[in-house]
Amino acid sequence: METTAELIGQDPGWIIALKGLIVFAVCILLTLMSVWGERRIVSIMQMRIGPNRVGKFGLLQALADGVKLALKEDLIPKAADRIVFIIAPIISATTCFMSFAVIPFTGKVNFFGHETAMQLTDLPVGVLYVLSIASVGVYGIVLAGWSSGSTYPLLGGLRSSAQVISYEVAMGLSLVAVFIYAGSMSTSDIVAAQDKWWYSVVLFPSFVIYAISMVGETNRAPFDLAEAEGELVGGFHTEYSSLKFALFFLAEYVNIIAVSALATTLFLGGYRALPGLGFTESWLGGWFTLFWFAIKVLGFFFVFVWLRGTLPRLRYDQFMKFGWKVLIPVSLAWILVVATLRTLSLEGAPQSVVVAFTGGIVLIVLAVSSLFDRARDKNEIAARDIGEVSEPSFPVPALPATKARLEDHV
Amino acid sequence: MIRLSLEIGQTQKPEAILFYILAPLSVLASLGMLVVRKAVHAALLLAWVMITLAIFYIALDAAFLGIVQIVVYTGAVMMLFLFILMLVGVDAPDSLTENIKGHRVVAIAAALGFGGLLISLIGRATLNHVSVGLAMANEPGNVQGLASLIFTQYVFPFEVVSALLITAALGAMVLAHSQKSAGARLSQRALSSARFRGDSLANAAGLPSSGVFARHNAVDVPALLPDGTPAKNSISGVLSARGDIQDPTQYALGSLPKVDDEGGDK
Repeated sequence: METTAELIGQDPGWIIALKGLIVFAVCILLTLMSVWGERRIVSIMQMRIGPNRVGKFGLLQALADGVKLALKEDLIPKAADRIVFIIAPIISATTCFMSFAVIPFTGKVNFFGHETAMQLTDLPVGVLYVLSIASVGVYGIVLAGWSSGSTYPLLGGLRSSAQVISYEVAMGLSLVAVFIYAGSMSTSDIVAAQDKWWYSVVLFPSFVIYAISMVGETNRAPFDLAEAEGELVGGFHTEYSSLKFALFFLAEYVNIIAVSALATTLFLGGYRALPGLGFTESWLGGWFTLFWFAIKVLGFFFVFVWLRGTLPRLRYDQFMKFGWKVLIPVSLAWILVVATLRTLSLEGAPQSVVVAFTGGIVLIVLAVSSLFDRARDKNEIAARDIGEVSEPSFPVPALPATKARLEDHV
Repeated sequence: MIRLSLEIGQTQKPEAILFYILAPLSVLASLGMLVVRKAVHAALLLAWVMITLAIFYIALDAAFLGIVQIVVYTGAVMMLFLFILMLVGVDAPDSLTENIKGHRVVAIAAALGFGGLLISLIGRATLNHVSVGLAMANEPGNVQGLASLIFTQYVFPFEVVSALLITAALGAMVLAHSQKSAGARLSQRALSSARFRGDSLANAAGLPSSGVFARHNAVDVPALLPDGTPAKNSISGVLSARGDIQDPTQYALGSLPKVDDEGGDK
């Protein structure tokens, strides 16, 4: 059977151009739909109705908002660095589309009488390519913050750059386990390697770490510190208006879809149906695989909205502490385990050794966590002994007698 | 040199077009780095040079190297640069006065030395060597070939470099570390109980807000208490220490309309 790389390699120029155009159009359309979808879903969660005026069910609301944004006055602050101020949204809006080039949307399909796969190109380092594009995309946010010539955007830009550097490390580390198991960094190979088990099951810790860091990467609640409206007005885009603001808006939603698509590809078997259901390439293969892909990506999108509707924003120091002191050490330890297991099975170690190793790891994790719990319980008991809890725990004006007693204690 | 030009002559057409578009842009950007006055602009131009280099690597079939160049240099190193530059300040053009003695001489010597080093390395790699060709070098796959070289033949230099980097990182952490006493920072819980269990409950709901007379920057104007005296604790402690406090009475209207007992103007 030929690989996807060979399949795509035979594409004539017009098919490549058409595919590129389709990917672009789908991204724009998805942005419009997902803005509407997010507002409707959040409104259901908050027991409101949400936008329902423009078009059927308010479906055209995002379009109307886009037109409104485009017609607004385009302001450039006097203190702004003009060139960088204009380049920043362009960087954000162009890079966000680029990661879709390596995402496999379908398996083998018949495209205007031509056998191909809906994937623009297949790089041997495809997943790293997506990471590199993401790291360039952040320049848009950081530069927007710097060039606005104002304090709040600068703080937003600073937060964003620190945030992205820390969470990209965790994200890259979570992908290492996938590379080790698939034996490849190409997106189509990774999808092909998941024909028996999805990596979200086999490599569950990696999946969790990736899912957390992808929310951090896209600046979405509860990690939207770069534009925290309660603290920084609008964060990095405070000074932006009109189409430039619309570009940031577009980039944010396209990025959500992009990281969801990558998560689908790496951990949920991409365009493949759930293994074991009996779907094959001949039975409901071809274009129907696009359906599976879309379902999974929209599922991730729903989780993004769900998180926003549920969780309050993290404090900045807690967020950084979580990234550096939890996510990165955990993924490092997990990579060690995965690499050892993989080597054992590749070198043909007997089953008993693999089982013993896995059992040993589980025991160590349990021991460490129980020690940790014990230490925490001890701390809590110590805190209680100081006598904070014996007093009523709600604020009441101190009675004179009580006050005297408190002073005795002191 | 002759072989080099021969090789350029053999470049395939799309690659040549790519090269002739990007190479001048890259050179212009590197020259611009020396000319522009703002440090952030120079950092941006440097990032652009790194991206064009990465594109060249990819065009030369070194996909892994190109991508890693973007992730590591553009994504991490330049981002840290920008982070520092932004901390330094938005409008700080580089000072061009030299305050290190012999700065220029040392810089020129270092540049010449580094250039010589590069030329000798490139010479060693190209002269008297028969190139095996990309097809052979990439035979097990570009990434696999690179990995097997790094982790077998060059494993020692690789580890030495990583040890060096870790030492540098630790050094930076030690230099930047400041000793803080453990009890200096109160937790939110402690602060809250201090408010409610203290002697007075006057400030339990928070300090009074400033700026009753919001004529200009209202944070430096104290609020007025019911008896008409200014409330000192409605101003941030920093402003009080600096003496940046406005007198609220200066904003009072010259003659307030007298109000009679029934509430109407006289």
